[in-house]
Order: sequence, then structure tokens, then C-alpha cells
Amino acid sequence: MAGAAPQGPPQGSGQASGGSTGYRQIVGPLLLPTWAVIGVFLLLPVLLMGVYSFLTKEFRGGVIWDFTLAAYDQFFVTRGLFGDEPPQIEWTYIAIFWRSIWQAGVCTLICLIVGFPTAWFIATRPPAQRSVWLFLITVPYWVNLLIRTVSLKFLLRDNGPLNEGLMAIGLISDPLPLVNTNLAVQLGLFYSYLPFMVLPIYAAVERYNFALSEAAADLYATRWTILREIVLPVVKPGIVAGCILVFVPSLGAFLAPDLLGGAKTFMIGSLIDEQFKGSQGNWPFGAAVSMILMALVLLVLLVQARAAGKAGAR
Amino acid sequence: MTKLMTTAAALALMAGAAQAEGKLSVYHWFEYIPQELVDKFEAETGIDVTIDTYDSNEAMLAALKAGKLGQYDVAVPADFMVGIMAADGMLDTFTPEEVPNHANIAAQWMDVPFDAGRKSSIPYQWGSTSFSVNRDVYAGDISSLGIIFNPPDELKGKINVLDSQNEVLILGSLYLGIPQCSTDRAQLTALNDMLQAAKPHWASFGSDTSKDVLVSGDAAAGMIYNGFSAKARAEGANVEYVYPKEGHVLWMDNVVLLKDAPNRDNALKFMNFLLVPENAAAVTNYAAYTSGVTGVEPFLDEAIKNSPENNPPAGITPGAFAQACDAETQKLYDAIWTNLKK
Repeated sequence: MAGAAPQGPPQGSGQASGGSTGYRQIVGPLLLPTWAVIGVFLLLPVLLMGVYSFLTKEFRGGVIWDFTLAAYDQFFVTRGLFGDEPPQIEWTYIAIFWRSIWQAGVCTLICLIVGFPTAWFIATRPPAQRSVWLFLITVPYWVNLLIRTVSLKFLLRDNGPLNEGLMAIGLISDPLPLVNTNLAVQLGLFYSYLPFMVLPIYAAVERYNFALSEAAADLYATRWTILREIVLPVVKPGIVAGCILVFVPSLGAFLAPDLLGGAKTFMIGSLIDEQFKGSQGNWPFGAAVSMILMALVLLVLLVQARAAGKAGAR
Repeated sequence: MTKLMTTAAALALMAGAAQAEGKLSVYHWFEYIPQELVDKFEAETGIDVTIDTYDSNEAMLAALKAGKLGQYDVAVPADFMVGIMAADGMLDTFTPEEVPNHANIAAQWMDVPFDAGRKSSIPYQWGSTSFSVNRDVYAGDISSLGIIFNPPDELKGKINVLDSQNEVLILGSLYLGIPQCSTDRAQLTALNDMLQAAKPHWASFGSDTSKDVLVSGDAAAGMIYNGFSAKARAEGANVEYVYPKEGHVLWMDNVVLLKDAPNRDNALKFMNFLLVPENAAAVTNYAAYTSGVTGVEPFLDEAIKNSPENNPPAGITPGAFAQACDAETQKLYDAIWTNLKK
């Protein structure tokens, strides 16, 4: 999340003694482990994925080391079911991407709407209470995501406690169809990723100097103006970080869509999964979809970083 | 001090003995072998068994292709996958003398098309795939695959289908009466259109959840494996497993000897062990399918032996094994599946 970190590189001037040359001499070797980790666990896998996406698919999994653009062609171009029609734009995969992006976007928005007041509430408690509230926020996340998602399904199903309860008090006569709906998927995603929104916003709000609000109020600013002109600019980095932390993982999520949505439609995540673990065994295409997804995410981060850069310059 | 030394020496000896017997590395489906049986094998032979699991034939193939071949001794692919792996040179062969219980293999499973004469594989369990219906929800005629692909009003929106390309497309083809691995334009277009029309009536796709949704009532009908349906019934769901008039998918899982097996001798001992009727019956009692070994009957639980899921009525349409299509044909089926789930 490079774009979310406001700090620049550490400056040599902070060192007690020795010029910047001495500092560099020490820091170079000290950074080696970092580079090794980034290289081995980040760059190398991505590079491999990139190379694979340009290779020829071997039938039923595996690759043949012949360079081709077939995987990207399959993503963007269709020639009909039998492959002999004039080429047209392939909307199938774009639609799958759009569905995932839309879903992640809605999830991010809901998390923001709920997460901001929650973070604000926690940050405005007395310091002793804050840690208790933060603790309560994180407790459910000690349980495996799969188990939490399945539990949610148990709650929502036709003969689950929610529907049975509503029927018992006479509010509804037939169970509400909750499971296998987009609503259930959204609920699952929201529940999975809410803390990723709350925690960064909390960190930002906690640093906010509330005397600023009082000062603004003394100068006859309305509450809306205070929020918009004073609070939001200060906590914005927290909000942006929270939005990225929620949007990016929910973009690739497929546990909630599969378990709560009934797996009726591919999400980006399940589409990729199918290429490696399903019958199709099309590794280059799986790699290409992953590369396109990564390019999209990088684009979002770049736009955000540029926006942040401009805001910083202002 | 002397005592301590003796103990240490004894321990070292024991460790040495265990190592001499060696290891066995098994690549197996999830929840498909009872732990007691593994313990029994370890106790009888002193071999240390490690089991890794997978959840689909394709996932297993992908892992082996990605470099796991040479790490495992045996795997348990289904019929068509044995053929694929043999064609890719991923299997080793053995002689009947190397597996003394080879003669226990039931005659009907000896000369199977995917491994004639059983030179690389032994039968593990076999069963069928079709569908089950909750009879509390729908009491009408359930003899046709139309229950899934053109459901009656009572079942619309309450159907689970397997999240597995092969099974869905083969059952769909059986429903339409078209052959597997067809390249006929009209037939494939018909299959594609039929599936597109059926999908709005389906509630969910799920394979490992196919039993749970029937038990919980989330689904009132669903594609399922026969043993899994028997388990759903045992767990209290009033479900009836159907051998449809259009036919059903027949499958057999087989223990294969992998190429470059690090413990080939132990792998053969394990295969021999699984061909002992009592041990084959233990797997059947656990998984609720049918063994391919003769003489298991005395060791079977009554409920398994007499289950309607494992004993189809006389006169049913025989089942068909899945065929492995060639690359060009498979592409067409892949496209139909992607189209269905897009």
C-alpha cells in the first residue's frame, strides 16, 4: 500500500553523527533482507506469473514454452462458440470483472459508512476504554474466515434463526430468501472486511486535535462545515488507507460469493481458481487474468497516489 | 547412568527399526479413508503413512504436473483421470505377483478400459452420480433428469447442482440424449441453450456442500453422488436417490502407483492391504460407496449393504463412465461451462 503511506524515505539528517555517506554505507547492507523478502516473495512470483501468461497452454494444465498472446486474446476477443465467427469484443470476462469491481465498490462504501462512525466513537472514548473497544472489534477475527462465513450462512438460511425468529413474532409468514442472494454476499464481504476500515480511520481520528473543532465552532462554523473543512482533511489518509484495504481484498474474494451467493456466477477469484484447479486447466489464461487484475489494482493505487501527491503539494 | 544408556540405545534402535520400514506418501481425496484403517496399516507394517488431500481430480493433476510427481507414492484418481495420467506417462506399472491380493479384484473391474488388466491401478470405490429429491417437498414423478434441467414448479429455485464441469455437462448431455465429447454444432448449441434455460431455476452450485444443502433444507433437490445421498438420508433428510431413465454417470476411483514413487515397495504393500476384503469393506462402511473387491460382503454394515443408493432396482438404464475428450473438443465444453457461469 505504498500510496497510503504519507512518510517519505527516512532522512540522514536525523542521525546523531556521521554524514549522509556513512548513513548510506550502513543502511545499504541493512536493507538487504528487505530486498530479499520483496524479491523472493513479491517480485519473483509476479514475474513468473507474467511469463506464464504469455506461454502456450498445455492441455489439462501445465504450459509449453512457446510465446503467445493467446491468453490475452481469449480474454478480450471472441470468435463464437466454435471459433469460426468474425472476431468481436469478448464481454464475458469484462462482465465478470465489472461484477467483482461493483461488488467490491459497494462493500467499500458500506464499510466506510459504518466504519467511520465506529472509529470516531472509539477514538472519542477515554483512553482506557479505547483498547477494550478495539479488542472487541478484533475478537471475531481470531476465528477462521471460512468458519465465520459458513456461520453467517447458518444464520441466514430459510430455517435459520433469523427467519424462524421473524416468523415466530409474526412479522413474515414465509421465510425471506436471504441465502444465495447478492445481499448475503454483500453482508459476508462487509462482515469480513469491516475492521480493515475501522482500524486505519481510528488511527487517524485518534491523532486529531479536537481543539480544532472547538476553535472552528467558536468561529461560527456549522457542524457540517467542521466535518468537511477540518475533520475530513485531517483523517483523509486513514479513510483512503481503509478504502484500499477493503477494496483490494474484496475484489479477489470468492469465499463469500461461493458460500453465500451459491457460486452461480464467476467472480474474478473463482474464475482464476477454475483455470488452475477446475477442469479447464488453462494456466496461461489464469495467469493472464491475474495480471489484468493486478494491473487494475495498480492503476487504482497510482491514481490514488497522484491524488494524494497533489493534495500534499497544495 | 547405565539405565539411561540402555534406554537411549533402545530408543535409537526403535527409531532405526521404524526408519528401516520406511515411509509411504499418499495423495488422496478429502475424507475418503477412515483413520482407523491407516492406523491398522501402520501397525501391521511399521510403515509411516503421510496423507495429503485434494478436492478434485483436476486439482490433483495440476499439483502433480506442477512438480509434486516424485514426492507421492500413490494417488486416487477417477476412471477417466487414470487414462489421462497414463497417457501423460505419470503412472508406473506392476505385475500381479508384486501385489499378491491382485486376484481379489472383482472380475467386472479387472479389464477396465482405462487400465486393461490392472497394471497401474487397483479399484478403490465406485459409485454413481445423478440426483436426489426431498420427498417431503415433491412427491411427484422423479424418474427423469428433467427434475434438474426442467424442474416442476415445486422445485424451482430449490435446486443445487454440482460445481463440477464434467458432471453437469455429462448429465445435461444424457438428458438431451447426445453423446459425450460431441463436436456436432446442433447438439452443442442445444446443450448450451438447455443449460442457459435451466440455470434460473437453480439455487446454487456446490460439490462438497451437496449433501449439507439437502440436509439443511436449503435445497429440495440436487445433483449428488450416491454415497453422499445415503449419508444425507442417514442424517435425517427424506431424500430419494434416483437412477434416471436417461442414464447416470458411473465413476470408479482407483489407487494408482505413481511414476518415480519414492517408496515403490511400500506403495505396493499399501495397495495389497487395500485389496484385503476386510479392509476394502472398512472403506465402504466409511464412504458408503461400493468396493471393487470380491468377498467384502461379510464385513459390510447392514445399512450400507442394503442401501437403495447402492442397490439400484433392476431394469434401470445403465450408467456411463465419463470420457476424456481431445483438446479441441474439450475447448467447446469449457466454453459452454464458462458461458453457464459467466
